[in-house]
Amino acid sequence: MSSIPTDLKYLESHEWIRAEADGTVTVGISDHAQEALGDLVFVEVPETGKSLEKGAAAAVVESVKAASDVYSPVSGEVIAVNEALKGSPELVNQDPYGEGWLFKLKLSNPAELEQLLDAAAYGKVVESDG
Amino acid sequence: MPFIPHTESDVREMLAAIGAPSIDALFDEIPSSLRTRELTGIPDALNEMEVSRLMHARAQRDGTPLNFIGAGAYEHHIPAAIWAIVTRGEFYSAYTPYQAEASQGTLQLLYEYQTMMTRLTGMQVSNASLYDGASALAEAALMAVRAHRRSKSARILVPATVNPTYRAVANAITEGQNLKLDVLPYERSKGTFDPASLESYKGQDITAVVIQQPNFFGQLEDVDALTDWAHANGALAIAVVNPTSLAILKPPGEWGAKGVDIVVGDGQPLGVPLSSGGPYFGFMTVRMEHVRQMPGRIIGRTVDLDGKPGFTLTLQAREQHIRRSKATSNICTNQGLLVTAATIYMSIMGPRGLERVAAASQAQTRALVDALTRIPGVTLVFDGPRFHEAVLRFEKPVAPILDALAERGIIGGYDLSRHYPELGNALLVCATEMRTHEDIELYAKALTEVTADA
Repeated sequence: MSSIPTDLKYLESHEWIRAEADGTVTVGISDHAQEALGDLVFVEVPETGKSLEKGAAAAVVESVKAASDVYSPVSGEVIAVNEALKGSPELVNQDPYGEGWLFKLKLSNPAELEQLLDAAAYGKVVESDG
Repeated sequence: MPFIPHTESDVREMLAAIGAPSIDALFDEIPSSLRTRELTGIPDALNEMEVSRLMHARAQRDGTPLNFIGAGAYEHHIPAAIWAIVTRGEFYSAYTPYQAEASQGTLQLLYEYQTMMTRLTGMQVSNASLYDGASALAEAALMAVRAHRRSKSARILVPATVNPTYRAVANAITEGQNLKLDVLPYERSKGTFDPASLESYKGQDITAVVIQQPNFFGQLEDVDALTDWAHANGALAIAVVNPTSLAILKPPGEWGAKGVDIVVGDGQPLGVPLSSGGPYFGFMTVRMEHVRQMPGRIIGRTVDLDGKPGFTLTLQAREQHIRRSKATSNICTNQGLLVTAATIYMSIMGPRGLERVAAASQAQTRALVDALTRIPGVTLVFDGPRFHEAVLRFEKPVAPILDALAERGIIGGYDLSRHYPELGNALLVCATEMRTHEDIELYAKALTEVTADA
């Protein structure tokens, strides 16, 4: 069973989002997602300063098997990206909720956070995934 | 690996499994007004004997003319060993097998092809080929837009000295994706791109600049200046090259201070027969930093569980069978058989052999220009260094002259009046190592008669 921290929110498409104290959010992919993808060989992060709509393709995670889109769970402006992934994409595999974060957003509509899944609901999504 | 088509009962079973009444029903989301019904204007099927007869008749119509036309496809000597090896059962397929790693020989060949192409072009990575040179230019333009994320304009500068067919194909493929290919004028006296035309683009958002060397007129461009201009103005540099010429010209990886970003071209001169225009294959090599945006796939060398060397498909994660509409290219079929021929051609010729082909082609073109410009009324249009093609001007229209030469069994060259009417009665001629001094004399004699008659 993959790990699903209870302090995070999730999307059905396997992104996680953490609301930080300063009002920004951090986005990554879940432990279940990194397991399903296998060893990542490349991560393409968005450009800092870019405005993302909720549900927009924001990043690409590429394993030896497939390149998959990562969608932005909420609308906002990209204020930071994880530069360490350029040389070490495996951080996403090793520490998906920590060192393997993908990008940070400044929210444009905080109410969108309420529409995301909590850990229990996301756990059910993972279960039904098999 | 046998190819096994579905039987009718296979199809019925599969339709039953997914609950579809017919194959047609699978396409019912396409509005019926858009569906093609019965195809009209298609003749009845022919049997093998009839097709074979038709093909022989068509081939005979081509005859065996003495050829002085280049313009993007070049008649070089193809050693007999090449197609004898290519047509062996082990190689004789255009496709990379679906279970690619089961075909280590095919993968090794593609790996060696990539190695040769990167060395020839002076770049770091090569894909396993594209359709042809023209579509390779379109792919390079699309790739530049993906790779150059800071540039938002999708504007690409293309000198008018780039092969007009390549420009037309690149336009057709890219305009639906909102790319803008701006044509740069050339200097009428030199037949090379006009550097003054770049002034108006200074400081603008330009995604990439295309440079063809040698250019469509056979002339050598100032590739260093154009590459450096591109980089100084925040644009990527795309080279279009003739692979044969790279045996004697500076590789694009060394143009300017940094070298270009993407190199494309047509691989036909490397052991692929002219055969009325195809099939040929396109090649693409790039700098390592752009590898993730390169269309197609790469074959890599690796070791198996026992530490023994082997070859594997790498970097296919962005192809269409995985990325669907977001693939780096909608062209996955590579031109495997032609690539096989080119790889064997390059290995048989070696660097020295290729250099001799290039040098002999250049020398024979010089001899051809000397012989033809001695004829009254025939002049050389552009001075300056060139590879194995040259532009000649006549006092009268070119088309009837070419017709009269064709009657004498000579293909005299490429009439430039369609694409470059401003050049007047201009003809693009080419000689490769295949054209002997006797051939050139024969052409000069025929042309003397033809121009005197006209």
